[in-house]
Amino acid sequence: MNAGQRQWFFGCSLAAFVGLLLWGVLGLPPLGHYRGPYGDAINQAVVAQRHATDAIAAVNFDYRGVDTIVEEFILFASVAGCTLLLRQQRDEEAGMARTRALEGRMGQTSAAVTALGLTLAVPVALLGWYVVTHGQLTPGGGFQGGTIMASGAVFLYLAGEYVTLRRLNPPPLLEVLEALGAGGYILIGFAGMATGAAFLQNVLPLGRVGQVNSAGTIWVISMSVGMEVAAAFVLLATEFMEQALDLRQRRRI
Amino acid sequence: MLHSLAPLPFALPLMMAALLMGLSRFVPRWLTDAIALVTGALVTVVCVILLMGSANQPIVYWFGGWTPHQGVALGVAFVVGPLGAGLASLAALLVTAALLFSVKYFEAVGAVYHVLMLSFLGAMCGFSLTGDLFDLFVFFELMSAVAFALTAYRTEEKGPLQGALNFAIINTVGAYLVLCGIALVYARTGALNFAQIGRALSAGPSDGLVTMAFVLIACGFLIKAAIVPFHFWLADAHAMAPTPVCVLFSGVMVELGVYGVARVYWTMFAGTFGPHMVAIRGILIGFGAATAILGAIFCVSEEHIKRLLAFSTISHVGVLITGLGLLTPLGLAGAAVYVLGHGLVKASLFLGAGILLNQFQTASETELFGRGRHLVVLGGMFLVGGLALAGLPPFGTALGKGMIEAAASKAGDAWLSAVIIVASALTGGAVLRVAGRVFLGLGQPEGQPDQAGADDEAEQPESARQLRTPMVMLLPALVLLAGALASGLVPNIAMRTEQAAGAFINQRGYSQVVLNGAARLASNGPLIPTGPDLSEVAGGLGSTTAAVLVGLLAIYRRQLPAAVCRAASRHLEPPLQRLRGLQSGDVRDYAAWLTFGVATMGLAFAFAVH
Amino acid sequence: MSLLPWFVVVWLFAVGLYGIVTSRDLIHQVICLTVIQSSTYVLLLAIGYRRGAAAPVFATLPSSSSAVDPVVQALALTDIVVEATVLALLLALTVQAGKRFGTIDPQQLHALRG
Repeated sequence: MNAGQRQWFFGCSLAAFVGLLLWGVLGLPPLGHYRGPYGDAINQAVVAQRHATDAIAAVNFDYRGVDTIVEEFILFASVAGCTLLLRQQRDEEAGMARTRALEGRMGQTSAAVTALGLTLAVPVALLGWYVVTHGQLTPGGGFQGGTIMASGAVFLYLAGEYVTLRRLNPPPLLEVLEALGAGGYILIGFAGMATGAAFLQNVLPLGRVGQVNSAGTIWVISMSVGMEVAAAFVLLATEFMEQALDLRQRRRI
Repeated sequence: MLHSLAPLPFALPLMMAALLMGLSRFVPRWLTDAIALVTGALVTVVCVILLMGSANQPIVYWFGGWTPHQGVALGVAFVVGPLGAGLASLAALLVTAALLFSVKYFEAVGAVYHVLMLSFLGAMCGFSLTGDLFDLFVFFELMSAVAFALTAYRTEEKGPLQGALNFAIINTVGAYLVLCGIALVYARTGALNFAQIGRALSAGPSDGLVTMAFVLIACGFLIKAAIVPFHFWLADAHAMAPTPVCVLFSGVMVELGVYGVARVYWTMFAGTFGPHMVAIRGILIGFGAATAILGAIFCVSEEHIKRLLAFSTISHVGVLITGLGLLTPLGLAGAAVYVLGHGLVKASLFLGAGILLNQFQTASETELFGRGRHLVVLGGMFLVGGLALAGLPPFGTALGKGMIEAAASKAGDAWLSAVIIVASALTGGAVLRVAGRVFLGLGQPEGQPDQAGADDEAEQPESARQLRTPMVMLLPALVLLAGALASGLVPNIAMRTEQAAGAFINQRGYSQVVLNGAARLASNGPLIPTGPDLSEVAGGLGSTTAAVLVGLLAIYRRQLPAAVCRAASRHLEPPLQRLRGLQSGDVRDYAAWLTFGVATMGLAFAFAVH
Repeated sequence: MSLLPWFVVVWLFAVGLYGIVTSRDLIHQVICLTVIQSSTYVLLLAIGYRRGAAAPVFATLPSSSSAVDPVVQALALTDIVVEATVLALLLALTVQAGKRFGTIDPQQLHALRG
């Protein structure tokens, strides 16, 4: 199909599609009138049943924990796929030498950016860890905190310290951490079965409401997920950074 | 004990995938292969045990111990029934066979391949066994993400990258359609559990929201199932993905799309769509028949073996949709048996194509003309495979086909049998043509190989050449083909599958078992085991004969009288060229067709339900 | 006013699809997928909203107080992670395609035809 035919064909189809979607969507209750039983049942029971005050984290890691395992493995598999697609050098030594050479060509980063990046990297990572460990108490959890932790690594890159970043976070270490995080979640699930309960049943002591060490497995799972997500995103980011440096070198910018 | 096996088919492969990722730098290749193979075999065994254990009563497993409270499901459940467990067993068997094949097929491959294959297995098993709508979606997404990565495995070439991009963009839009549908269903019913949603929807009207929710979810899954007009991505992905991966795509991944539609319809929407069954049947059968015929036409006009097999998959999925679309237990059972038979045959044919690719570094029928004369076993396999696809009794494909045709006659749609026979004859004939030309050297060598599928570069080899085909590559192909034969011979398989299908469509019974802990699904009474139906056998033999004729016609078409040749090229060539031109490789065309397809399906359902 | 989110959902989906079909840049196409993705977030979160209710975090609130639906928020969270990673995969494909083809214009990707 040439562009003109495609536009017409698509235009008509899109008009019908939009009409149908509107017809479907207008059957929804107006905004603000949530009625369903599921959310209310959980809201009323979550503190009593699981000593967790953040209902969303409880839903993610306890009530619907299976969905979260699969979600974590989607992250895991996608990062494995990206590694497959982007990894240029099998040999790490040659890779490091090349990276050093590339960095020399990157040009000078402004001193202000470098200073800001270096000072913020560690506090941001700590903030991420705080969010991970308090997931069962306040909004947060493994995924959100893990992403924030990974941002700490990005700050190092922005500060122009890519070589340091690579040395601190070598891909083999990241892959192992990722595997531990992902596999750990499933092991926690099996651990429940070992005590005769169901897969992913919350079998650890629930502790006191409001304490960091509460809500049983929710806290442990949150940390496992946080580790996996952080490792995965740092790995992803470094792969893309490598590509950026490589492309920049090719174009001699 | 049986009960606690339910989480294994999805948890075990995923855990092993994580393990392999962590150990990837420290273990040698043979150990990675061994771990992957053992995991695959274990999962196959577990799935078969679940299949046999759930034959009379579904196994309901609530994760996290969250059993339903007063009819409200708080957690996620796996509801294992024979059809779902059967599909999971097929998936596990094919993954194990593909991994075995890959041992020698890929000279040097990192552990990432095994990690992705095991994750794929976990996703497929989870998809087949789950009883929760959002859980279905996440398993669907895991399956898709891994499939995108595996398609682009040979990153050094252009073709796989473009194929993977087309695949990924189209299927991701499909996933968003499913998600919108799920959100609409959740808004109406406030639940994510199949049984609970079914109860809530049956109590209410089938208005715009319910209709569009079904259309969105069904279209999302039908994109994965590669129904016309959502089918364009399949040929691109199959042509470019490594052969063991194509085995899984054709053998079980697209069939899971059909399963998704069946599961969603029967557990949730059947109650509310009950009064409109006749119209809905018409829509589904229409799409199925169109897919079957168009797929068969494209299949016959292809000369690249992998693309040929891909188009034949599209045609056979069309037959599956007609079986499902008849909305009766017999039709659904026929589709289930057909999935089993077709999956095994198609997998063995793809493995055979992989062996050809490995030996001769090409999969073009024209380039391979007559070069396979010394590969007796492989040639025999292609011949038998082609006959099986055409519907030779007693293969599983013939049995399934026969059951679908019987269901069609019972429902008053006897024209469907003609469509299925034509589609089977064309696709079987195409494979027989390949067998005849490549392995027997029949007919005349053609001139230039068709430029379809490759532009400037010749086909790059997928693997280093082996001098003699290793047993570990040939054995899985032979075993799978034998399995296809065996699947049609299992005693009373037709009756048992029909019973399982009857339980599958029993929405009220399903929700009783899941939410109220009822002991067993009320069955429809004992079915009488019947021997092979004479008309089914006749139909199978008829389509096989037709396929042989088609194959011979295709091989010897140059020897036909000149007048016939001229008339054929004048009348058949132009429309065929136009149709083939639609497969442009440009994802923007595919997306336009996707919108068209969803709009058409939506309008059809809107008229059907109102 | 209370129907606005639903119109926004349909608009975003349509605009994203339109972007994909008329695009001349692979990265633009991938970002259009993000736009469609956003429509699903709006749909999910708007469905769970309850006027005048608090967030479902009971650190300082009693359990029985009115709160919005936590389930759709958990679903949206899962959705974000899933789609972000698939998009990363797509962008990796785009980077490699750019290097092999020398262009990221979908019109000029010609490795598959017929």
